[in-house]
Amino acid sequence: MGKYEPVIGLEIHAELKTESKIFCPSSARFGGEPNTYICPVCLGLPGVLPVLNKKVVEYAVMAALALNCEIARFCKFDRKNYYYPDLPKNYQISQYDLPLAQYGFLEIDTENGRKRIGITRIHIEEDAGKLLHQGTVTTTPYSLVDYNRTGVPLLEIVSEPDMRSPEEARAYAEKLRSIIQFTGISDCKMEEGSLRVDANVSVRPLGSKELGVKTEIKNVNSFRALVRALEYEIERQVAILKDGGRIVQETRTWDEGKGVTLPLRSKEEAHDYRYFPEPDLPPLVITKEWVEEVYRGLPELPDARRERYVREYGLPAYDAGVLTASREVGDYFEACLRLYPQPKTVSNWVMGELARLLNATNTEIADSPVKPEQLADLLRLIDKGVVSGKIAKTVFEEVFRTGKDPQAVVKEQGLVQITDEAALKTIIDEVIAANPKVVADYREGKEKALGFLIGQVMKSTKGKANPAIVNRLLKEGIENKEI
Amino acid sequence: MDLCRMPAHELGRLLRERKVSALELTDAVFSRIDAVEDKVKAYLLLLREEARSQARAVDAALAAKEELPPLAGVPLAVKDNLCMTGVETTCASKILKGFVPPYDATVIERLKEQRVVFTGKTNMDEFAMGSSTENSGFYPTANPWDLKRVPGGSSGGSAAAVAAGEAVTAIGSDTGGSIRLPAAFCGVVGLKPTYGRVSRYGLVAFASSLDQIGPITRDVRDCALLLNAIAGHDPRDSTSAPQEVPDYTEFLVPEIKGFRIGIPKEYVAEGIAPAVRDVLAEAVHLLTRMGAVVEETSLPHVSYSLPAYYLIAPAEASSNLARYDGVRYGLRVEGEDVVTMYKKTRSRGFGAEVKRRIMLGTYALSAGYYDAYYLKALKVRTLIRRDFDAAFERFDMLLSPTSPTPPFRIGEKVDDPLAMYLTDICTLAVSLAGVPGLSIPAGFAGHLPVGIQLIGPPFTEGKLLRVAYAFEQEAGITAKRPVL
Ligand SMILES: [Zn+2]
Repeated sequence: MGKYEPVIGLEIHAELKTESKIFCPSSARFGGEPNTYICPVCLGLPGVLPVLNKKVVEYAVMAALALNCEIARFCKFDRKNYYYPDLPKNYQISQYDLPLAQYGFLEIDTENGRKRIGITRIHIEEDAGKLLHQGTVTTTPYSLVDYNRTGVPLLEIVSEPDMRSPEEARAYAEKLRSIIQFTGISDCKMEEGSLRVDANVSVRPLGSKELGVKTEIKNVNSFRALVRALEYEIERQVAILKDGGRIVQETRTWDEGKGVTLPLRSKEEAHDYRYFPEPDLPPLVITKEWVEEVYRGLPELPDARRERYVREYGLPAYDAGVLTASREVGDYFEACLRLYPQPKTVSNWVMGELARLLNATNTEIADSPVKPEQLADLLRLIDKGVVSGKIAKTVFEEVFRTGKDPQAVVKEQGLVQITDEAALKTIIDEVIAANPKVVADYREGKEKALGFLIGQVMKSTKGKANPAIVNRLLKEGIENKEI
Repeated sequence: MDLCRMPAHELGRLLRERKVSALELTDAVFSRIDAVEDKVKAYLLLLREEARSQARAVDAALAAKEELPPLAGVPLAVKDNLCMTGVETTCASKILKGFVPPYDATVIERLKEQRVVFTGKTNMDEFAMGSSTENSGFYPTANPWDLKRVPGGSSGGSAAAVAAGEAVTAIGSDTGGSIRLPAAFCGVVGLKPTYGRVSRYGLVAFASSLDQIGPITRDVRDCALLLNAIAGHDPRDSTSAPQEVPDYTEFLVPEIKGFRIGIPKEYVAEGIAPAVRDVLAEAVHLLTRMGAVVEETSLPHVSYSLPAYYLIAPAEASSNLARYDGVRYGLRVEGEDVVTMYKKTRSRGFGAEVKRRIMLGTYALSAGYYDAYYLKALKVRTLIRRDFDAAFERFDMLLSPTSPTPPFRIGEKVDDPLAMYLTDICTLAVSLAGVPGLSIPAGFAGHLPVGIQLIGPPFTEGKLLRVAYAFEQEAGITAKRPVL
């Protein structure tokens, strides 16, 4: 029995953060009391007509350019017909055979180096509303519908089946999110549903060129879930094939709790959406000039930024990668750098202490209680010898907790470094006197012994002693004693 | 002075000269409604009190010597597929019974700016699907010229109201002939403007790529005035045209010397009733005498307009009418789950013809049939459009009967959908081509009115109105009114 290879493609929906919805003036904001961001148009009342929001096209073109796509000079809208209570018109205005953009790609880092993943197409469409059930959809006595999300602009980005492992799928999805975030057109928050990932996966004997029968996995709510769902599904398919069975082409849902994929009620067996051109909207003509204008307004993208960090700041590739994984982290890093131009030091703090505390408190970097100015101030306090590097971490934690300025924290808590040589000398003499054996070890050439003695000095100064002075005075003290 | 028989432009003059008040005029129209509505059944809903208060407001403005638009104070009926804030809009369908829109159609908004007096909502074939108003989900409307006959459809209520004196003018909508046919059957003027000339915002959609709103009036001048009021670009309708709107009344000169008018031979072939043929021949004679050059021409593909129309229109309708599902408004018939509720609601809410077209359209769009039906129909539509383009290289406009027959008897065609569909044979191609078509009264077949249709290139409504006006002046047909 040979080995199997998975073939994975992703369909990603990203909500665009325009002010208003795609076809009406209602607010496109997230949340809001149910049915407050609505109007006759997004409610699909009899007689209303859609009017395309130009900002949506601009954002879609930005995404398409960032993903190296060809923008169609001429595209059109189509109706996708299906009945569901969250869809007021019982059709969705989407794009079918002439999408806004095609033939793009992005690059991911894999164990075997960079890999290019193809992007088949990008199109724009309207989002549906949200059903609220009591309990589950099958047991609820009635369901309520919230149409706030109805008509929020969506970008659908379809990849080629170019990924060969769940990790590659994850890398693709994360890279895509990062690129989209960099363009600033979407929040890409999976937990709020502004980024939704569906995966198509099949398996085939390693070396085979033919594609196997695929399944589509929905309801994947995090990148971790994507990996888990794909791992499960690949194993499931391989097991069936090894048993001589056949894969059924179907849509499956990921059950996060049970850790399994389950077939969705096949109400939509080979759904016929009866696509046809949307007669209420004229075809969309996008001029080359306008695309160029949008291109000029495109912000720096992750790959370019990463290269710049290595080239201009001399950062290690690893640091550059971490700092450019999201636009916000890079922006934070650069804001610090403008006030404190030591790239590696800033990078260490952003990737180290800051990342640790953000993670621990589940905080977005944009909401960091430590502002870039405060981090820069703290780093300057270290340089001036006001605090030691070690104490600085304590100060940083306090700033993170309270939002107070570093100077204030240092002052309030008496954390100023002791640089008074006379005061330190007294303490050092005491330490030397109290540890004759260790002093002897050092004299015999055991360098480590000095570290213990420094530790003792720090202990009795509660870590506030200036380490460089302590180091020098200790050495002098031991030598003097010898004479 | 019979206020109920005069055209809007004359009534407007009387109002401005303070010879009659808007309230007197409104009351006169409602007395007429009280007298004949039992027989005609043109309306689904009357707005008597609202109309009287609108009329009073106009009278106050006149008393204050305010400058008012030409149609101010003129009683006007609205087809029941146009949304008006706070007024029930049903499209003559049980499925929309009780639906009160929270917004005005753009056309209604513009008419409110004109300060017209809205008399009520008129009967129609359900969702504008039909040629006789017999497909109304509530009751049929009778032809004021012969109560045993149909008024045409689908804007039968609007045309009958204008003909019977139950409104001075009316608004209709036309997808394949729904303004022109009832105008012809009721002996009034009806214009389907160029696609995009009038905003569709607030018109309950039947077939979006064909639907147009237009005037139904007593004479050609009223038609020009009403078109002035409703035409023009609307940012809320992406298919509305950006072209400037001229003052259509400026085209109304009785001079048509040298106008080249083509008669498509396909529209005078078999199936046209002899009486209709006679009226057309007389009209040609008259136009020629007035100096127009009338010649036969051909639209080679118009014989395919019926099948093309009955694929495209139902396909769009099947999607447009999907929203009537019982979830948000209108009729809901409860079921054990949402799918059962959908089925029960739509089974009970829609009439037979609407169901027939939804099925037809759904089928035409289905996977495996799309190319053979819907796509092919679109190609035929392009050919038909090209036929018109070619004809308009040689002619200023085309002339045809509006309907192949005079008004038929109520019940005569209800069980034969195909015979009913053939009623629109002369009007469908005009809709498919998106060009303007104007039906004007041209004569009688016995006691029944017969209309002729003028067809022009896109945005030549002015020219059509000019020829119609000249013809009307010469023929003097509109002076006749039905006796009820
Ligand atoms: Zn809205």
